[in-house]
Amino acid sequence: MLDNLNLLALAPVLNIQILLDGIFIGAIFALAAYGLALVWGVMNVKNLAQGEFVIMGGYIAWYVGTLGIHPLFGLPISIVVMFAFGWVTYKLIIARVVEKDMFISLLATFGMAIVIQQALNLAFGPEIQIADSGLPTHSFKALGGSFTVAEIKFYSFLICCFLAAAVIAFMKKSRMGQAIRATAQDARAAKVMGIDTEQVFAFTYALNAAICGAAGVMISMIWVIQPFYGITHSIRSFVIVTAAGFGNLPGVITAAFGLGIAEQYGGFILGAELQQATVVGMLLFVLMWRQLQMRRHRQAVQ
Amino acid sequence: MTNLIEVRSVSKAFGGVIANKDISIDVPEGQITGLIGPNGSGKTTLFNSIVGYHPIDEGSIKFKGEEISTYRVPQIARLGMLRTFQQTRIYGAMNCIENMLISVPHRNATFSDMFKPYPAEMYDRAEELLEFVGLYQKRKLHSGDLSFGQQKLLEFAMALMNQPEVLLLDEPTAGINPTLINGLIDRLKRANTDFGITMFVIEHNMRVIMNLADSIYCLAHGELLASGAPEEVQNNQSVIDAYLGAH
Amino acid sequence: MMAVAEKSVEQDEVGKPTARRNYTANDIMMFGAIVLFGILGPILFPNYTFQIAVLWLMVLFAQTWDVMGGQMGYNSLGNIFFFGAGMYICTVTQIGLFTDVGAYTSSTDQGNFNFTPDQYYIGVAVGLVFAAIGSALLAVALGWIVFGLRGPYFAIGTLGIALAAGELIGAWEWVGGGGGIPIPVYPGSGDGKSFFYYVLCFASAIATFLFLKWLYSTRFGLAINAIRDDEEKAEAMGVHTLRHKTVAWAISAFFLGIAGGLFGNMTGFIEPLEVAFPTITFGIFMVAMALLGGKGTIWGPVLGAIVFHIVKEATWTYFLGWQWIALGVIIIINIVFFQQGIVGWLQEKYPHWFGIEVEGASK
Repeated sequence: MLDNLNLLALAPVLNIQILLDGIFIGAIFALAAYGLALVWGVMNVKNLAQGEFVIMGGYIAWYVGTLGIHPLFGLPISIVVMFAFGWVTYKLIIARVVEKDMFISLLATFGMAIVIQQALNLAFGPEIQIADSGLPTHSFKALGGSFTVAEIKFYSFLICCFLAAAVIAFMKKSRMGQAIRATAQDARAAKVMGIDTEQVFAFTYALNAAICGAAGVMISMIWVIQPFYGITHSIRSFVIVTAAGFGNLPGVITAAFGLGIAEQYGGFILGAELQQATVVGMLLFVLMWRQLQMRRHRQAVQ
Repeated sequence: MTNLIEVRSVSKAFGGVIANKDISIDVPEGQITGLIGPNGSGKTTLFNSIVGYHPIDEGSIKFKGEEISTYRVPQIARLGMLRTFQQTRIYGAMNCIENMLISVPHRNATFSDMFKPYPAEMYDRAEELLEFVGLYQKRKLHSGDLSFGQQKLLEFAMALMNQPEVLLLDEPTAGINPTLINGLIDRLKRANTDFGITMFVIEHNMRVIMNLADSIYCLAHGELLASGAPEEVQNNQSVIDAYLGAH
Repeated sequence: MMAVAEKSVEQDEVGKPTARRNYTANDIMMFGAIVLFGILGPILFPNYTFQIAVLWLMVLFAQTWDVMGGQMGYNSLGNIFFFGAGMYICTVTQIGLFTDVGAYTSSTDQGNFNFTPDQYYIGVAVGLVFAAIGSALLAVALGWIVFGLRGPYFAIGTLGIALAAGELIGAWEWVGGGGGIPIPVYPGSGDGKSFFYYVLCFASAIATFLFLKWLYSTRFGLAINAIRDDEEKAEAMGVHTLRHKTVAWAISAFFLGIAGGLFGNMTGFIEPLEVAFPTITFGIFMVAMALLGGKGTIWGPVLGAIVFHIVKEATWTYFLGWQWIALGVIIIINIVFFQQGIVGWLQEKYPHWFGIEVEGASK
């Protein structure tokens, strides 16, 4: 571990590599986190199946790749398929637990996560997969060394920005977007005003699934997917939302980049097998920090 | 006449909203002190500050001479200061007797006390107090199934069970059927005279608070507007203006 | 006077009404049935001794989860942490008492060490004690990290602890890292081992039940229910909430630690992610079982564990290949449609069985 730390000092260009990789992947984390915050804010459902939606999106892209088509075409397919999947799961499962106590909805999504994990494992096997984008990697010189940027990572970043802008524009300008924001503020008032809150809830959940699906496509191309990696993605989203708070979009982006970078450093310094531990470590850190924050106001974190 | 609670220059703001500004209040031992004021004047915030629900920005709060502004809610409760809530809070999944039993004083509860059963005397006391508030018939029912007024009475009985020295009551007659209010006033008075409990009461019902209180404080817009005997405050022009909103 | 006519049937000899029903005829019947099954089970179905032993561990799982989730309202998704912690503490003790742990775990032939029967039994006994106490102490220590959290934050925070443990233990070479540790071999026949651990598992489940039954009849039971119903109110009434929460978790941890030590020995090989800290199997089963039976009740977790275990064995037999998906779907159906659980449903239909008074109900 100390050797790796030394390396960072001796070859400062490595820091650039890590920072860049952290930002590229952090952008994807930001998307998934935004979706989680959306569902949480609108219907108070803490979606523990978030990561599984991401992985599903990833498998769609990978599967498209196995058919000989470029996995980027998986993006629109994933968005549509996952939107439908989100809608159906909302109607079948989530709709029935939205009104119940909070743990029940959390547990229901956790149950869904387990079913999805096992289904993916059954369908695709437990091997780690990557969707090959076939794009080159470029090398750049800096600080006495060189760092690399895979072209696909750059495109992924652009796509994330584009998707984020699209979702934000949708939320601001469209009728459904406004209905969603109204419902998030006060569901009962929205209902009284004539907004079909059931429709809004279903749409929000489906939209979240679509966002995750898109994120998953990018994950499969710039990183890896595996049926049981979903829980870690769920935790990442949760960490980001907890750290940033609700309605704080710049906070979500910053926290997501921060998490991405922290994870890359963790993986580099502590070794790849502890990278997942870094994520959980960040979770516990963020929760402890929030508790300390709330203690000053004599509140608990709820 | 000692002051059980001494509030000196307490201020509390939430973000940009100043809820309490430079409030100083005395709650004398053995008496019933009232707190009135129009909606939004900061009465419940003041209660919350006193019982330790949130930290205060400035000022000092003393209970029996001890500075409690840095203490947390359970600590202050164990010192003998309890409060009831505007939206009555009871343990909805338990029956009334159980609600009473859990409300015994925890002042000197040791570690091993946690594992003891409740002795017969406590059951007797619980039943007596339920009788006192008129809920004896309902004592075996799920408290969540009681009517709102009955829940308020249960909350009051639970507070008495805790043998507090001072009880902060947040709108004890709100939502109660007018025909039952006299009974409640009567019980509040008896709790004060028979059980020796000092009371600090927020009330909107003028008839109730004039009847009940020995002295009254009036808040408006987060500041102390007037204080004194009930008749004085009642006839104070600025108090009348505050309620009628004339400025 | 009114008082005399109103006193209900659940009085004890002294004449005070019981707030909590203690030992009723129903309770004794059910307990007797369970004990009978426990004794006859391995005799009638000797080939299933291991499965029934696991059933008793599941009963213990459900009960210990229910202390936190059902009775106190702190829904933990990471109680499995104490199971794994107990497993590792017990194993390390069993090995460490008699030989060097590092050498044992790092070599392929367990450092050529053979345990004598005495060493084995002493190892298991001391190991279980350390596992129980060690897990309880870990609960006290971790309480500082998680008890400022509520609701989903507590659930995910505890899940995080369990996940972190799996990862960190997997990186700790002294306890075998990701490769795990082979347990000391039982000095006796396979049947002897099955029977030995069966008895221990059954005894643990019964001990947990009796302890919790007693616990819920003391002030502690009422206090944790108050914390569940309205923690802020409990604080405002002066209840030592942190004390109660920590003790409740320590009690869960204590029994889970024992279960971990036992299960590790039964499976013969322990490993961090799949055996010791299986968050998505045993970890979630704990919750599902308590929910199925009826959380917050004394018999709910027991019944839930039994029914769940039977359902699980059935899905393994009839849905092989799809069994995890089938089980997951059943769990979801339970969560969505049947949250009150078996006992909860019975309480609604037949409240008088449970001494619950409903206004207006005919006596």
